[in-house]
Amino acid sequence: MRRLALILALVAAPAFAVQPDEILDDPALEARARDLSEGLRCLVCRNENIDNSNADLARDLRLAVRERLVAGDSDEEVIAYLTDRYGEYILLNPTLTGSNLILWLAGPAMLLLGAGIAVVATRRRAQAAPPDDLDPEERARLDAILDRRD
Amino acid sequence: MLIEFAHFALILALVMAALQCVLPLVGAWKGWRGYMEAAAPAATSQFLLLSFAFAVLTWAFVTSDFSLRLVTLNSHTAKPMIYKIAGVWGNHEGSMLLWCLILALYAALAAWFGGNLRETTRARVLGVQGAISVAFVSFLVFTSNPFERLAVPPMNGEDLNPLLQDPGLAFHPPFLYLGYVGLSMAFSFAVAALIEGRVDAAWGRWVRPWTLAAWLFLTIGIALGSWWAYYELGWGGFWFWDPVENASFMPWLIAAALLHSAIVVEKREALKAWTILLAILAFGFSLIGAFIVRSGVLTSVHAFATDPERGVYLLAITGVFTGGALTLYAARAGGMQAKGVFGLASRETALVANNVLLAVSCFVVFVGTVWPLIAEMAFDRKLSVGAPFFNAAFTPFMVALAALLPIGAVMPWKRARPGRVVGELWGALVLSIALGAFVWVMQTGGSILAPVGAVLAAWLVLGTIADLRLRAGRGDLSSRVMRLVRLPRADWGKAVAHAGFGVTIFGIAALTAWQVEDIRVAQEGETFTVGPYDLTLQGVRQLDGPNYVTTLGTIDITRNGRAVATLEPEKRFYPVAQMPTTEAAIDNGVLRDLYVVIGDPQDNGGWAVRTYIKPFANWIWAGAIIMALGGVLSLSDRRHRVAAGAAKAPRRAVPAE
Repeated sequence: MRRLALILALVAAPAFAVQPDEILDDPALEARARDLSEGLRCLVCRNENIDNSNADLARDLRLAVRERLVAGDSDEEVIAYLTDRYGEYILLNPTLTGSNLILWLAGPAMLLLGAGIAVVATRRRAQAAPPDDLDPEERARLDAILDRRD
Repeated sequence: MLIEFAHFALILALVMAALQCVLPLVGAWKGWRGYMEAAAPAATSQFLLLSFAFAVLTWAFVTSDFSLRLVTLNSHTAKPMIYKIAGVWGNHEGSMLLWCLILALYAALAAWFGGNLRETTRARVLGVQGAISVAFVSFLVFTSNPFERLAVPPMNGEDLNPLLQDPGLAFHPPFLYLGYVGLSMAFSFAVAALIEGRVDAAWGRWVRPWTLAAWLFLTIGIALGSWWAYYELGWGGFWFWDPVENASFMPWLIAAALLHSAIVVEKREALKAWTILLAILAFGFSLIGAFIVRSGVLTSVHAFATDPERGVYLLAITGVFTGGALTLYAARAGGMQAKGVFGLASRETALVANNVLLAVSCFVVFVGTVWPLIAEMAFDRKLSVGAPFFNAAFTPFMVALAALLPIGAVMPWKRARPGRVVGELWGALVLSIALGAFVWVMQTGGSILAPVGAVLAAWLVLGTIADLRLRAGRGDLSSRVMRLVRLPRADWGKAVAHAGFGVTIFGIAALTAWQVEDIRVAQEGETFTVGPYDLTLQGVRQLDGPNYVTTLGTIDITRNGRAVATLEPEKRFYPVAQMPTTEAAIDNGVLRDLYVVIGDPQDNGGWAVRTYIKPFANWIWAGAIIMALGGVLSLSDRRHRVAAGAAKAPRRAVPAE
């Protein structure tokens, strides 16, 4: 229970994330920093980006992002800088590389498969009308239950 | 003593569950009527025993009986009464007891109102439901006993997690469980049908109300959780694609698909095998959800029982029931013969498209949720899958769903004439696109999100109106109104729920696209401007609450010199749990929420203050409530009441129409 409280304090601690003193003077740079922050994971939190997190590490990461931006890095360079140090675990948006292709293509592939099966089954359905397998008594009872009005 | 009685009642409930499982299944197999008839009293007594156990546990929380380990760990004498009661299910053991109670409640309802079912079907449904009860009640008794005593009771308890001490969250779990567990009924019906080897229209009609009920409870439960996150976590996020949120969202998506495909079974006797599969998957995802939340495999904000033994047990339950049912499905589903014949352009095809989109979107959420686990085990990559992935991979399916929905809704059964469908919806389409264009012009720059959301929302709402107009038919006004009034409630439910979906879509799009944020240090007495509003930090006070201390800021908000609201955001600290929480102050409005949070005092004086203008935020949850209302309307349809046992009463003569 103590551990749980500790985890929760780390995770959902509510005093807020981006502090006034972190904000850059240049609004364009600050906007880029915010965009980047939303895609970066607070490493000690669970499923929280550094923009929303209150953890000290998240603050350090926010400051690091801003430092790199002020130093003139492009967005890609900032991301590369962070993944070099923390691994791809820090990216909330998994890259489209290697085995991650499975993740990204799972939905579209499943959609094609599902749509294909649906079309084939519907076509076949349209051709064959199977016989009625209820005996008359059952059919009468079923109709009574359904109270068919049409 | 009462506690020990309750513990004993729990064990007796397990025995009753075992009887409810074995006797009717054997009876239905052998054709022994007496065995089959034992199911109903077993279900009733199991429900009564679990009710007693739950009542005793609640009483222990209300009276702060700290000789109970669970009460000590999750309660405190200073806690307000409502949270003492909510504390019963604010922990693993108590919430599991609630789960079992609801499971028994559904079984008892099926026993009480199942008179209209074939005798063997009813016996088998109750038998399968009993088997699920055996699994969960034994899980409770052997690994998660809520009635464990402490040898030396402490003077006071350790308090409930302060984040859970909130009205929105107090009722979030019961609704979710009513939903999760409600899907067990669809599951039991599916397994019973597989054992019997037949599915007919009556089966579809029977499954639908249970699925509808489960779906609408899930809708309310998820909306409550999202609403809570919005005002409690301090930055107004409403959905985080957290594994636990996904755990509740996946059964919701499948249940939505199931309640549509069950219509096809009922009306057209088609899609039988697919509907059975959905019924199995819906409860399967409920079980996977329970496993994700309680095993801590995918640790998240909510995980409150990260215990390997429990995880293994829950995984076993998930595996046995889902795997067993799918095996049975593989053996038997081939025999489900479809009757209804339909063309490629028809209501049936539209509902198939609905099912494909919902099922695939659920699959995307599932893959995204478990991918970090798979990537680490199979590919040795330690990675994260967060909101950006889900937003990108999931949203297109919802856009497609919303785009197709009004077309499907007006299509007739069997065979539609595309020209006629276009004719009915032409006006709605033009108006929706016009509205989207208007939004596009009105917003200065900004993303495409809001116009798209506006088009889809208008399309859904106007499409619903076009559908109702079509149903009203031709003729003079009074005969049209009469026809509308006489429409079955299920049709009204459909219209309301679909419109609610549109409202939610617009709320999400507008909030995401147009939110305004301001972060600053404000001195006491200072006035600052956010959007069209002027905010003045009047003062900051320290106050004592019942079980917390609070820092409370007072902020006056004006617009063009006219007072709009006075907001009092708080920062609380709960000394017993040693936890801080923020209580954002929100001025709710139809068109926007004003959302103010107070932060830490600054070194050079003043306070950190965060202000948001959140446009159309409440539409998100309003839409969810409207969707649930549609579910209620549909549930109150006469046909379901007939199917749910009212047919035993002498039937009224129905005039031919």
